[in-house]
Amino acid sequence: MAAKRKTPVKTRNPDLIRGVGKYSRSKMYHKRGLWAIKAKNGGVFPRHDPKSKAPAAAEKAPKFYPADDVKKPLPNKRKPKPTKLRASITPGTVLILLAGRFMGKRVVFLKQLTSGLLLVTGPFKINGVPLRRVNQSYVIATSTKVDISGVNVEKFVDKYFAKEVQKKKKKGEGEFFEAEKEDKKKLPEDKKEDQKAVDGSLIKSIEGVPDLKAYLAARFSLKSGMKPHELVF
Amino acid sequence: MPFKRYVEIGRVALVNYGKDYGKLVVIVDVIDQNRALVDAPDMVRGQMNFKRLTLTDIKIDIPRVPKKKTLIEAMDKADVKNKWENSSWGKKLIVQKRRASLNDFDRFKIMLAKIKRAGVVRQELAKLKKENAS
Repeated sequence: MAAKRKTPVKTRNPDLIRGVGKYSRSKMYHKRGLWAIKAKNGGVFPRHDPKSKAPAAAEKAPKFYPADDVKKPLPNKRKPKPTKLRASITPGTVLILLAGRFMGKRVVFLKQLTSGLLLVTGPFKINGVPLRRVNQSYVIATSTKVDISGVNVEKFVDKYFAKEVQKKKKKGEGEFFEAEKEDKKKLPEDKKEDQKAVDGSLIKSIEGVPDLKAYLAARFSLKSGMKPHELVF
Repeated sequence: MPFKRYVEIGRVALVNYGKDYGKLVVIVDVIDQNRALVDAPDMVRGQMNFKRLTLTDIKIDIPRVPKKKTLIEAMDKADVKNKWENSSWGKKLIVQKRRASLNDFDRFKIMLAKIKRAGVVRQELAKLKKENAS
């Protein structure tokens, strides 16, 4: 096999229409320079003999093989695409959470993580929602935006939110009853510091807009007469 | 109860159904018992069934099937836009449109404003009640 080129050459023979090239066979022979290659090689087109390979070690017949032929599953080469972010969601947008513990809370969007989930914060002091990941499908994007320029969210990745792995303890009989009284998991101090750092500048820009703080502190709910398909968010 | 608003050339009507819903148009000619030729400064002149139109009080002075330029001049002379926007019907429609386009944040602000207003009213009422009782 001839060596493959790193970038394929675009054809020297442009199409007049599909199936018909501009140049004839003899013209293409000249264009590709095959005459020059032949001339360099003494009138004959150069050929390379196949490289002699070391003989492969003789394989033993396997000890076990199934009685009937087993079908091989077709190879799956699909790669999952990164989740597309809705056009209405940009950094600083106020989102309404629709499910989970913080259902109905209005929350500020920070950035989209590589897993596709949205990184979101209350801010914590205003409505009790910490730095959290949220799925785009469980969120309504409002058209209210908060100025987010003072916030640095570079360090938050999916790994930051991974659950801590607990070492498994072998339970003896007597220890069964004591194991019930495990102390409550405390939030590590550095996570609290991260929260304060992110919320600091956010809260300043929120307080700049009248009523925005109270808006974020309140929960959203559908009242009588509100038709979701007619509401503008 | 006699009719007050007549179908006539120059009558301004509101479209209440279809692609041009909510537009103000001028009846420029009557085609037959059911249809009128209708025109507006921002649309191509075309026919419309009377059932799609609601007549307004406004009438302008135009000849039958005027040129677009004449129509626009006549509408400006009669000041149709301002008359419409100052009429109670027109004002209602503007408020409806504004309410429909409210943001979630706007709705929240309105709720706060309503509560404040109700508080002020209630205080005044309490004051008046006290004065009356004494």
